[in-house]
Amino acid sequence: MKTRVFVTLKNGVLDPQGKAIHHALEGLGFAGVNDVRAGRLIEIDHEPGVSNTDLEAMCRKLLANMVIENFEIEQA
Amino acid sequence: MRAAVIQFPGSNCDRDMAVAIREITGADTSLVWHRETSLPERLDLIAVPGGFSYGDYLRSGAMAARSPVMQAVVEAAGRGVPVLGVCNGFQILTEAGLLPGALMRNASIRFVCRTVKLTVENSQSIFTGGYNAGEEIRIPVAHHDGNYFADDETLDRLEGEGRVAFRYAEPVNGSARNIAGLLNDTGNVLGMMPHPERMIEAVHGGSDGRRLFASLIREIA
Repeated sequence: MKTRVFVTLKNGVLDPQGKAIHHALEGLGFAGVNDVRAGRLIEIDHEPGVSNTDLEAMCRKLLANMVIENFEIEQA
Repeated sequence: MRAAVIQFPGSNCDRDMAVAIREITGADTSLVWHRETSLPERLDLIAVPGGFSYGDYLRSGAMAARSPVMQAVVEAAGRGVPVLGVCNGFQILTEAGLLPGALMRNASIRFVCRTVKLTVENSQSIFTGGYNAGEEIRIPVAHHDGNYFADDETLDRLEGEGRVAFRYAEPVNGSARNIAGLLNDTGNVLGMMPHPERMIEAVHGGSDGRRLFASLIREIA
């Protein structure tokens, strides 16, 4: 069973990497891009017995830093 | 005096840290591997050194903060044992929850490697007693993720409680309120991005880092 975890920076947290990507896109001539925020996708292959509560605990304890990041769990 | 320097895979300032501690404090200093579940007894100082533990995978310091030895470090910190985290060590201490906030990618997105001016903000701590409040000192930095972040409420509280130990005299990496070094609420844990262990004798271009270690002898011995 596969679950995808999306880790993104909280609103209001400055994202220098997103800014650099944004500038690079503009440098390549892509117009109309208002903002870019970079995040991380983590795919977890696990047994069906791993509960949503377990997955949330994984996110809180390791996968996301709750000071600066949010997470979203998407079951395949 | 007895000290331990924690080694993670990817630490690269562990030996420099051990040399600085031994030379300046005379402490019996041991290197402790991250897989250990306990620390040597009767420690007067634990140092979490700089480097790129676990290749900075996931987030700088994130993997190291969950390694077995860090539970023992957190427990020791709770008992009041002084803990010094430098650079990657600072990142590890925030990831382990010993210090508030987080260290993010430098605002410039560039690795910053140079000697910077710091202002000593708090000269009352066990780590900074050898400095004068407001004094300007020179200490090198070498990091990619030194941009300190905490929400405004936390920052106001930290400032109000005198927990900002060092501030960059000029912007270096985008850190909130130019914070370079931070104390925990009981004052026995210090995290800082600049490397005091790299500025301890004339051949380093200065010795302003020396007094940080010297302060500890006076407090502990």
